[in-house]
This record gives sequence, structure tokens and C-alpha cells, in this order.
Amino acid sequence: MAYAFDERVPIYLQIIDEIKRQLVTNKLKGGDKMPSVRELSEGMEVNPNTVQRAYQELERLGITYTQRGMGTFVTQDEGIIISIKEEMAMDAVRQFAESMQSLGMSPQDTIKCLEDYFEKGAAQ
Amino acid sequence: MSSLLRISHLNKSFYKNEVLADFNMDLPEGKILGLLGPNGSGKTTLLKLIAGLLKPTSGEIYIDDCQPSYITKGYVSFLPDCDFLFEDCKIDRMADYYADFFADFDRRKFYEFMRFMDVESHQKIKALSKGNKEKLNLSFVLSRKARLYLLDEPLGGVDPVARDKIINAIIKNYMEKSAMIISTHLVDYIEPVLDEVAFLHHGTIALAGNAEDLRAERGKSIDEIYREVYRND
Repeated sequence: MAYAFDERVPIYLQIIDEIKRQLVTNKLKGGDKMPSVRELSEGMEVNPNTVQRAYQELERLGITYTQRGMGTFVTQDEGIIISIKEEMAMDAVRQFAESMQSLGMSPQDTIKCLEDYFEKGAAQ
Repeated sequence: MSSLLRISHLNKSFYKNEVLADFNMDLPEGKILGLLGPNGSGKTTLLKLIAGLLKPTSGEIYIDDCQPSYITKGYVSFLPDCDFLFEDCKIDRMADYYADFFADFDRRKFYEFMRFMDVESHQKIKALSKGNKEKLNLSFVLSRKARLYLLDEPLGGVDPVARDKIINAIIKNYMEKSAMIISTHLVDYIEPVLDEVAFLHHGTIALAGNAEDLRAERGKSIDEIYREVYRND
């Protein structure tokens, strides 16, 4: 099944995001072997060069490493995985804060709404 | 990276009708190029010139340093936009015929494609539905171990499920040592498959570049850029 991309954004960036998401949700774990470029490109129905570009970037970021003749593996460095999680959480917060701001909510109102939400959620 | 296909100052006219005007292009191996443009922009004419089915009015085409001829036909695999197989023939018989014509035809790969595409090979070609015929045509073309593949509208008139199969087959067939040109106006389906795109407009290139770079520069999909380029037509 093809992966649903937002084609207004470079596809290799979306592949990187997807792999980061799998990392923080533990679908991919430190030391796991990554699928080959060909496997991933067939699975996602994406040009192999695009997947290659995503893999190069992941390696540059220290998220993966290549072992000659063995393939590409996920880093075992916990620090990197934690910092990816923090970075993704900040992105989510930024999006939330911006959409609250566009509704005319002050930071105090926003925090109040969030507290109410969690209290209600806890009551259910 | 060496250029597999080089086109310089290519012109093609049919009598007074100028279809391609001073057309230039370089395609390295390992790339999949989308040749995009509305009907009448010169896509099919360009592919036929590269395939050696038409002669240029002037200018040069080199495929692996050889001009289109019986030699290049041995390593250029062309999917025309019309039926090119014998309708009365059974598929198995047509495979024999194709193997006689093209030394690089891989019969095992062909039957693999047929299984993948869910097309039964013990039937006559004219018994096939439009979608299955398109799958069959593509299976023949991709089963050659060619250096350059030219696909003219491989998705025309095919339902979405068949489209997925065809796109999957194209990706499966990707080879670093060869290149592919896909002409289409159904941009949104094929978009994730393309490395490079060239927008054809009245026989010249209106815009060309790496698909990912164009997305990054403009914050738009190739399909949206397509609509922009041709809006005023």
C-alpha cells in the first residue's frame, strides 16, 4: 500500500519524519536493521533515489549508521532518540500554540483550556 | 554520473508545423524523468524521435554515444501510446515473437510481471480489457533489460487499482544502470516516482529540474506547479 505523502513538501523529508516517528514510538528500536532502499521504495511507492537521499540525511544526523556489507542500522545512542522525541514534542506544541493564537487566545487562556481538557479527560 | 541521453538543438517540423524547437536535454543513468505537458506539447514526438521512429529535422540525439538507429533499438525499450501488439495473437505466442526481436527480452521476468499484474497468459490479446492490455504492454516493455525505457502515457485510461500495480512495477524495475522517461498529464499519480521533471510547452522546455528541489523551492506539489505553468493556455 502506498504511503500518503503531502506532495507540497519534499518527499525525502517526510520519509525522515516517518522514521523518526517510528523511533520515538518504539516501532523501530536501537540496533534494528533498516529495510533496504529498494524494499522501502517498493513499500512506499517512491523513487529509490528519494529514499537514498533520506537515508543519507538520517546517517548525517547520526540516527542511523551503515555497516559495510551488512546494511543500515538504527543508532543505539539513547540521547539521540530522546532529543528527537523532544524536538517532535516541541513541534506539536508550536502547532497547537499557533492555532490557539489564531483563535485569539492569550497564553493564559491557552493554558487554562489545556488544564480543563486534561481534567475532563481524567474524569472520563 | 555519465549522461545516457543527450539531446542538443533538436528541431522537428511536420511541413510548416513546428513541433519541437531548439530542444535540449541531458539524462544521466539511474534517473526517472517525468515528461509533462498537455496534449499537443510535443511529448509523443520527442519520444518517437528518441526511439528512432521519426527523423529529426535538425539537431542531434545521442543514446549511449550512438544516434538513434537499429543499434540503439537494441537497448531502448519503447512503450507507444497506442496498441502495438498483434491482437489475434495469444500472449504466450507474442512472447516468443518479442524474444525473437529483442535479444535483451527476459522471458522469466515477463511471466513474473504477468503474475504480479494478475493477467492470465493463455488468452488472446484482443480478449483483454483496456486496463489489462495496458498492463500487458508495460510488462513486455519492462521485461527487456534495456538502458533506456520510454513510456508514453503508461497510465492513460486505466483504473486506480491497475494504476497502483503499474507504478509498483515501474519501481520494481528501477535499475541504476538505466534511465526512464515517462510522459504523462496525470501528474499526481506518478509524482512520487519521478527524480526529474521537464515541463514541455510548445516544443520547448518551460521548466525543468529535480522534483524534490522544485517542491522545496516553491512549497508546491509538481501537480500544482503543472497547473501554474499551463494555466494561461
